[in-house]
Amino acid sequence: MEKQELIEKINQVLAEEFEVEQSVITPDADIRETLSLDSLSLVDMVALIEEQFGVKIKGTELSSVKTFGLLYDFVFERM
Amino acid sequence: MEKRVVITGMGIYSCLGKSLDEVRQSLYDGKSGIIFDPVRKEMGFRSALTAYLEKPDLKGQLSRNQRAFMPEEAQYAYAATVEALRNAKIDQDYLDAHEVGLLYGNDSTADAVVKSVDTMREKKDTTLVGSGAIFQSMNSTVTMNLGCIFHLKGINLTVSGACASGSHAIGLGALLIRNGLQDMVVCGGAQEVNPFSIGSFDGISAFSTRESDPTKASRPFDRDRDGLVPGGGAATVIIESYESAVKRGAPILAEILSYGFSSNGDHISTPSVEGPARSLKAAINNAGIDIRQIGYINAHATSTKVGDMNEAKAIIEVFGDHKPFVTSTKGQTGHEMWMAGASEIIYTMLMMKNNFIAGNLNFENPDEDSAKLNIPANRINAHFDTFLSNSFGFGGTNSTLIVKNL
Repeated sequence: MEKQELIEKINQVLAEEFEVEQSVITPDADIRETLSLDSLSLVDMVALIEEQFGVKIKGTELSSVKTFGLLYDFVFERM
Repeated sequence: MEKRVVITGMGIYSCLGKSLDEVRQSLYDGKSGIIFDPVRKEMGFRSALTAYLEKPDLKGQLSRNQRAFMPEEAQYAYAATVEALRNAKIDQDYLDAHEVGLLYGNDSTADAVVKSVDTMREKKDTTLVGSGAIFQSMNSTVTMNLGCIFHLKGINLTVSGACASGSHAIGLGALLIRNGLQDMVVCGGAQEVNPFSIGSFDGISAFSTRESDPTKASRPFDRDRDGLVPGGGAATVIIESYESAVKRGAPILAEILSYGFSSNGDHISTPSVEGPARSLKAAINNAGIDIRQIGYINAHATSTKVGDMNEAKAIIEVFGDHKPFVTSTKGQTGHEMWMAGASEIIYTMLMMKNNFIAGNLNFENPDEDSAKLNIPANRINAHFDTFLSNSFGFGGTNSTLIVKNL
């Protein structure tokens, strides 16, 4: 999967699951703020990424994945 | 000094309708909420009969994160509670400023448990069950969800008393108010409606197999009854002290005169006569009324051979020559189990307030015991001011409520 295609797919599944407009998901935006994630719904995001893209974000890695741009990189590098 | 306990609001989400108005009309029309569900047949069910109701669409009312914690029974309970609070004229400001309690009957949340266990088995990764699974999988899921959504600050717990859960919840709430420990309690009962929740119940041959004629299958007290039909949804009753209701100018609908309870201490599934009779007697004694004041009995009768027979015997034993009208609304709804004790208070309140008694659906021929009861097969216009509602459950738990019109 090309990176742009991956980005579009990630944006699509996150927007659908967390009920936000895709337009608010930008590379520099904070994931937790944009998707209104608390400690529980953050688990759902991790599960969704694992389910859809086969990439597991471990607890220790999660704190460094702050923006959508960092998430795209994280997933693309491990696919 | 003991306080009087009154009902000031009701809300319901059932196979007979998604509001009090719809349900009242369904009761009046003698509508059945029972269908044949082909999915259950494919799953190997002995009986594919069930009550049918759509899941509420709560998108727009609750956030994604709130909905993630709610199995279907909590969704039904939310819908019923919104209606009950609105009818009781209680807004969020009132709930924020007062210590309002929450006691709800629920005794399973199988769908959520089965699905999360399936995921764990298949994926070997607990993260993949999602954040909602733990909260959906606990028996107290209804009260934990409603307590957080409505910001309730009083007692908060689930009452699990099998098919008497909803009735016990109301009875216990009334006791807390009567003794001055709470001014207001949101009470009710919820029941999930999915194959996983009652597959094992089907397995013990408890359900009617009259699949060729679903609306005829649930036939309480009828000679040819062959088992119950599972149902569900949720029902909420707002109860409070008379002083609290007067102080806030609430609509006072009725008074809960008493709560009677007992346990058979006997067989796990076969009901007795003696245990339920004690529950009825306790309720009547606690109410301090003459039994002749009771104009209507909403029976537990689920359409099983032994259950209906023994309840009829218990009523005959307790009421003697006095023959109030007796019906079981389960002919229309099927057995709403954990919800039934609460929903049947509401069904009866609707009939009492509108001067009718819905006919005991499918009561075509009495048996030896039901012939001794005063069971109208068809709807009658009738005025009654005091009623008794029975709920009995597995393990021999019995609950009886007596309610008076105001």
